[in-house]
Amino acid sequence: MLKRLVQKLRLGVSSLMLHKLRSALAVLGILIGVTAVIWLVAMGEGVSYQAQQQIKDLGATNIIIRSVKPPQESTRAGGSFFIEYGILREDYDRILANVPTVRRAVPMREIVREVRRMDRVLDAKVVGCTADYLALNHLSLARGRFLADRDDEQLENVAVLGHKTAAVLFPYEDPIGQTVQIGADFYVVVGQTAERTASAAIGGSLEAREYDTDVYIPLSTLRWRIGDMVMTSRSGSREGEIVQLSQITATVENLDEVDPTAEVIRTLLQKYHKVVDYAVVVPKELLRQAEMLRMLFNVLLILIAGISLLVGGIGIMNIMLATVTERTREIGVRRALGATRQDIILQFLSETVVLTGMGGLLGVAFGFLCKPAMSAARWAMQRLLPEVMATLPPNIRNLEPRITLWSIVVAFAISMVVGVVFGLYPARRAAYMDPIEALRHE
Amino acid sequence: MSNAPPSAAATGRKSVARTVQLTKTYRLGNRLEVHALRGVSLDFQDGDFVAIMGASGSGKSTLLNLLGCLDHPTSGQYFLAGRDVSRLDDRALSSIRSRYIGFIFQSYNLIPQLTVLENIQVPLSYQRREVPGGRERAIRLARLVGLGDRLHHRPSELSGGQQQRVAIARSIVNNPHIILADEPTGNLDSATGAEIMDLLESLNRAGRTIIMVTHEPDIAARAHRIVRLRDGRIADISENAPRAGP
Repeated sequence: MLKRLVQKLRLGVSSLMLHKLRSALAVLGILIGVTAVIWLVAMGEGVSYQAQQQIKDLGATNIIIRSVKPPQESTRAGGSFFIEYGILREDYDRILANVPTVRRAVPMREIVREVRRMDRVLDAKVVGCTADYLALNHLSLARGRFLADRDDEQLENVAVLGHKTAAVLFPYEDPIGQTVQIGADFYVVVGQTAERTASAAIGGSLEAREYDTDVYIPLSTLRWRIGDMVMTSRSGSREGEIVQLSQITATVENLDEVDPTAEVIRTLLQKYHKVVDYAVVVPKELLRQAEMLRMLFNVLLILIAGISLLVGGIGIMNIMLATVTERTREIGVRRALGATRQDIILQFLSETVVLTGMGGLLGVAFGFLCKPAMSAARWAMQRLLPEVMATLPPNIRNLEPRITLWSIVVAFAISMVVGVVFGLYPARRAAYMDPIEALRHE
Repeated sequence: MSNAPPSAAATGRKSVARTVQLTKTYRLGNRLEVHALRGVSLDFQDGDFVAIMGASGSGKSTLLNLLGCLDHPTSGQYFLAGRDVSRLDDRALSSIRSRYIGFIFQSYNLIPQLTVLENIQVPLSYQRREVPGGRERAIRLARLVGLGDRLHHRPSELSGGQQQRVAIARSIVNNPHIILADEPTGNLDSATGAEIMDLLESLNRAGRTIIMVTHEPDIAARAHRIVRLRDGRIADISENAPRAGP
């Protein structure tokens, strides 16, 4: 049985070799289809992997409570010059006091401020935080140390600079031990964080976050020196915002505690906030959403690639129909020599499957070239159109395609199915010829 | 059975193929009917060498197609290896062809992409059961027809006579009961044609039953019997004197 199959396949190959260019073109159609499936899925997986990585960075056992500016008319101090909203320091205390599953909660406040060093100025994001912030956001230090608990307790005027902030303010020197000016106050630089790629926005729940232009100071120092109030001038009028905390990151022990704890926190906040000026974000939930999105994306990609395989299949069918007509005489001879209709069907079907199988194998081989092709394209873009490259969002710029096993299996299987489906009609046509007519065919 | 040759009973040899009042009518369009065969009864014994002659349109090709189980008769019976095969379906007929019949064609009909050896083996690949030692058998037959040194050539690399030799080897590889030859020398010059006829004769002497369609009298003269067809009927059956051996 196996021997006969091998024999059939060998026969198929030798028949296809009669028309090398024709067969090669037919193979090309399938090759492109299969490569398209693998590349598209690899890129889609790359994007979603990035997103998942970012969500995982947020921590699956974390619950993020963020201040959100409510619609203008419903603010707490209606009619006042100041708009007061967001999470309160009391909320932080309440969460720690009333929610037993919360192991740790890290508060944070961020304000955009001008940071000076001699004549160098930078609009930096001043982040008031505690020592836990470093580990929580997977930041690492390039120099010096991060903020310590003591800095917070003693309201020290110390600062840790982000990578880019340090590069702008201290282009030629070691910033450690130097001073920077934020507002009217001076801060001693004690550390500098290492470069970290920005995280992209995830859904609508979290904004994109760039860490490199940060300046970290103790939370208490920020409250003492800068305060809760932010003034902005906009088209002649001035506006003030009072926000106590920008974000609290609460951590629980186990994954199953995440959802109930988030529920308790929501209830707790509801009690003390008349308007919803906060958002409770659960990264675990985001992960699930991202997973769904990825599946949808993949289905879409397979659909697109499937269409290209369909086109390839039609090409194959066209070629096989031509082959059958051309080899009418051979079919007649084989029938006379005892071949059944089934034998003829199998013969032509195996030829089509050899064609599409070869296309499939080559397609898989080209599929593996996705990564080098991507980096080559990136390199070319960087060389030829650096300004366009710079405008691309970071998740496209840093996209690493991830080739998945299932996409290879699916692509190859589809190519084989295409061979059988589109080979069947020409093969049947060959098999149902009248052998006498076929023998007479010139 | 009225026009069955008397020699059938006289020789006492086994009948391998027998037709009884075989007719074939082709319908062209709605009304026009062409009666290609109008009742042909023939008996072929084991080791027979029969030539079928006749003008074009006399029905000799139709008869050969029916004898080769490539077509169904409109009426009548055809017994092959003791069994009526005139009403079998396509699958069964294919099986009959692969087991009992060997074909030789005017234009050789070798498969161009296959080598000599592979061409000879084609009928074996359609046997229901795997034929042990098929390759060795094919090589032996290639030597028998004088092409032992051309095993891996393709048909396009051979002369017409050589191609027909391959076809002859192919026609006997499955040990058929009858060999059907359709103008086997039609595409060959007379010298090569004579060589091919020598080969067929030697096969016949070795016990093969050969039924051959031809319109060349000197080719037909090599057969034991000549059946002449006219307008779908047997016009005449003549016996040739046995030729002296070479």
